[in-house]
Amino acid sequence: MELNAHNFKENAAKALEDKDLQESLAKLGTGFPLKRLAAAARLPEFEALRDQARDIKDHSLRHLDFYLEKFESRVVESGGCVHWARDINDGREIVYDICKSVGAKTVTKGKSMIGEEMAINEYLEEKGLIPIETDLGEYIIQLRHEPPSHIIAPAIHLRKSHVEEAFRETHTDLPVDRNLDAPEDLLKEARAMLRKRFIDADVGITGANFMVAETGSTVIVTNEGNGDLTQTLPRVHIVLCSIEKVVPTLEDCTTLLRVLARSATGQEQSVYTTFSTGGRHEDDPDGPDQFHVVILDNGRSRMLGHETHDMLRCIRCSACINHCPVYQSVGGHAYGSIYPGPMGSVLTPALYGLDQSCDLPNASTMCGKCEEVCPVRIPLPKMLRSWRQKQWEDGPVPLMQRFGMSAWAFWAVRPKGYHFFAKIKMRIMGLLGRKNGHFKSLPLTKAWTKSRDFPAPEGKTFQQLWSEKGGRRS
Amino acid sequence: MSGKEKNVGLFVTCLVDLFRPSVAFAAVKLMSEAGCSICVPERQTCCGQPAFNSGDMDDSRAMAKMVIEEFEHFDYVVAPSGSCAAMIVKHYAELFEDDPDWQKRAIDLSHKTYELLTFLSDILGVKKVDAVLNSKVTYHDSCSGLRELGIKSQPRNLLHAVEGVEIVEGEKAERCCGFGGTFCLKYSDISTRITDDKCDDIVKTGADLVLGGDLGCLMNIAGRMTRRGETVEVRHIAEVLAGMTDDLAPISQGGK
Amino acid sequence: MSSRDYIMGRIRWSLGRGSLERDDDSQLEERLAHPKSNLIPARGQGDAKAQRSLFVKMAKEVNATVSRLKAFDNVPRAVAKYLKEQDLDDKVRVAPHPHLKDLDWSKLDVSFGFTLGDDETSVVMAYGAAAETGSLALLSGPESPTSLNFLPDNHIVVLNAADLVGDYETIYARMRRDSNQSDFMPRAMNWVSGPSRTADIEQTLLLGAHGPRKLHILLVEEDG
Ligand code: SF4
Repeated sequence: MELNAHNFKENAAKALEDKDLQESLAKLGTGFPLKRLAAAARLPEFEALRDQARDIKDHSLRHLDFYLEKFESRVVESGGCVHWARDINDGREIVYDICKSVGAKTVTKGKSMIGEEMAINEYLEEKGLIPIETDLGEYIIQLRHEPPSHIIAPAIHLRKSHVEEAFRETHTDLPVDRNLDAPEDLLKEARAMLRKRFIDADVGITGANFMVAETGSTVIVTNEGNGDLTQTLPRVHIVLCSIEKVVPTLEDCTTLLRVLARSATGQEQSVYTTFSTGGRHEDDPDGPDQFHVVILDNGRSRMLGHETHDMLRCIRCSACINHCPVYQSVGGHAYGSIYPGPMGSVLTPALYGLDQSCDLPNASTMCGKCEEVCPVRIPLPKMLRSWRQKQWEDGPVPLMQRFGMSAWAFWAVRPKGYHFFAKIKMRIMGLLGRKNGHFKSLPLTKAWTKSRDFPAPEGKTFQQLWSEKGGRRS
Repeated sequence: MSGKEKNVGLFVTCLVDLFRPSVAFAAVKLMSEAGCSICVPERQTCCGQPAFNSGDMDDSRAMAKMVIEEFEHFDYVVAPSGSCAAMIVKHYAELFEDDPDWQKRAIDLSHKTYELLTFLSDILGVKKVDAVLNSKVTYHDSCSGLRELGIKSQPRNLLHAVEGVEIVEGEKAERCCGFGGTFCLKYSDISTRITDDKCDDIVKTGADLVLGGDLGCLMNIAGRMTRRGETVEVRHIAEVLAGMTDDLAPISQGGK
Repeated sequence: MSSRDYIMGRIRWSLGRGSLERDDDSQLEERLAHPKSNLIPARGQGDAKAQRSLFVKMAKEVNATVSRLKAFDNVPRAVAKYLKEQDLDDKVRVAPHPHLKDLDWSKLDVSFGFTLGDDETSVVMAYGAAAETGSLALLSGPESPTSLNFLPDNHIVVLNAADLVGDYETIYARMRRDSNQSDFMPRAMNWVSGPSRTADIEQTLLLGAHGPRKLHILLVEEDG
């Protein structure tokens, strides 16, 4: 997809004014987090499982080449095909070539963030194919020509009325006077519309949460069952995934699955967890004839062994997003990337370049909630800080900011001068602010005083008072 | 200083030094009463956290070195702020990954550095305080203190010891207040939105007073509260524990 | 250079090494050849009776319904009863599994095989189930078409209580044992926990998104 991250500030300002969005976000803030909390509380082993989940991913990344090769040979042994894509252009072409080779017209798609990364729908459309998103949320935003605003709940920014509008506009062969008031009505209509598509499709594309090296299986988790219809009914199943998703064994995958749904939606387990291994066997009554796995790199191999290495552990549960006060305030579109929230603010600069996403690593209060809830214990604040460090060292920090920080640092290591000026300034501010206890405005503090009063100092600094009292100095 | 007293270096923190010296006096009082001798090195300003979080590692290192030099000879180093204490305890060592000598000194310092409430409660074992406050109080858990240092029960236990205090918990007591250091200046609209959530949550508890252990967050909350015209008072918890509330106006409010 | 070689090269370069050393390699081979379980939650580790009640509880929590039967022969009657209760047509598409084929279905309008989407109700046989989360393991194969798990509105799954275990790992171990080959995975292995659902419209939970609207489990306890 096209990155729109340099407009973070404007996007965020708009988002803060958007009433519908704010209502949706308010609901999100209490929804997933509370459910996660309950699910975690219910499983005494949850914290220990998180440790193991982290270790499994670490181990897999340390031996990534080995496990990818194993995975590949297993897929081939089970009759499937593995395709390697350096970047999104590679990936798109591979997918299109497969579609072309079977004369495909309609392509159904299960939810896939790699698909979003490749903007595969746009590409296939350009080539004259009809790609149809089948996850309800993805379907809705596809109709609205919008990017997802959340990695597991892509239409979370929308209200019911938006969905109704999109359906009325698109499903024009249905009676105009039909009732679409209740969410149930909308679901029923989507289900019926997509049912036809599932059955007509020539190719089904899904994502993968994991690849299992032991068996050559790809794994998806869904609640709707759309991913399964997408891969079961067409003749060809294409799986889009990326290099860091491989894990050694079914057991390892199981441990990760135990923390995934709980961290994401607070479910004990998603409704459908599906392991796909190769194409249809000779005596299978159904299933696709062909099974293709497209493995995308797109900058990930560069992250290995570097500052953002740990980010490759991410299992895309969205817990960090759901708990982030910034995301909860501005929603996903503000980030201008398909990966929003803390995980996105680390990942986007790695995939698209830091110069393309300057604001993202800075748009965090560093409150640490993301790290607290991350099932694979990614130190997200630390990763954000490492991007900030890069910005500091490489230049794209606004001059004023740099100047401000340097001035602060200059005086901070010169305590005598610092205390001298502090004494004078606080004395004046203390006197001026005594009556109200705060200032409504002050020179150079507009960013603060726009919405907050500036608390007045007591007057004398502690250092000054301590000296006056003759307090112990050594 | 007598032989049995603990030799404590007070890291005042820049905000307390400049804006709310009473907090440091409260800290001195509480620790002295529990058998500590408090020393305040003059050569101290900032822990370096704002520079650190801005990615400015050279300046952070310079500030860290100064703190290490000034404080490493104490038995304990105490700061009335979870975020400054966390900077010293959790991040100083990271700054010196390429410099084993300094890193060792940073690690040694981290082992004896504490946030005030943790120090009072876990190290000094303070159970009683000489303070009365007839007030309904809620507590805001500042992020660094909570998540990096695990400060949660200590302030509450200490507050229970204050006569007359009734504690009511906010549903979102652990949620960020939106301050985030330079974040509140760089992204002031988003910050305000988060601060409003915090204020709403506090107001919802029906408390007369919100307490916390970090002046940065408290100034942010207080500044927004008074701007909104709310009457909820905002204070550093040390002021309450040291019984100073009668002589000191709440943060951002005038009158005393 | 092929993309594959390029990517592998990048990975090795980033990890700061060449191809794996032999030692390391054999340890990893061993890890794959003899998979070990990680931590398994204690929750599912009770005796058979406890596992059954845990399974029923967890399955119901995720909106499945469960009937407990004393014998396989009772399955057709239980299916008929369910259809009647739910006010459903007595036309059923049944998986051609030997256990199911041998039953007396004379009271219902039954046919066997996969579905193209025109069947309202399916009956399939589970390979096993994990009590831990009330999840059914359904394996694709000639006796168990995957389409039956997703296309019909009503999904009825027969589970032999003897195949019910505490955790997922035990199911995998059994699959490896049963097959005795490295390619023990079927084309599709579906873990199913409850009927299909979505919360994509205003975060309101609705059942029956694309897959079945109802999941009914017949737990057959022939041992009493
Ligand atoms: S970073 Fe962690 S919490 Fe965020 S999506 Fe990835 S795994 Fe989940």
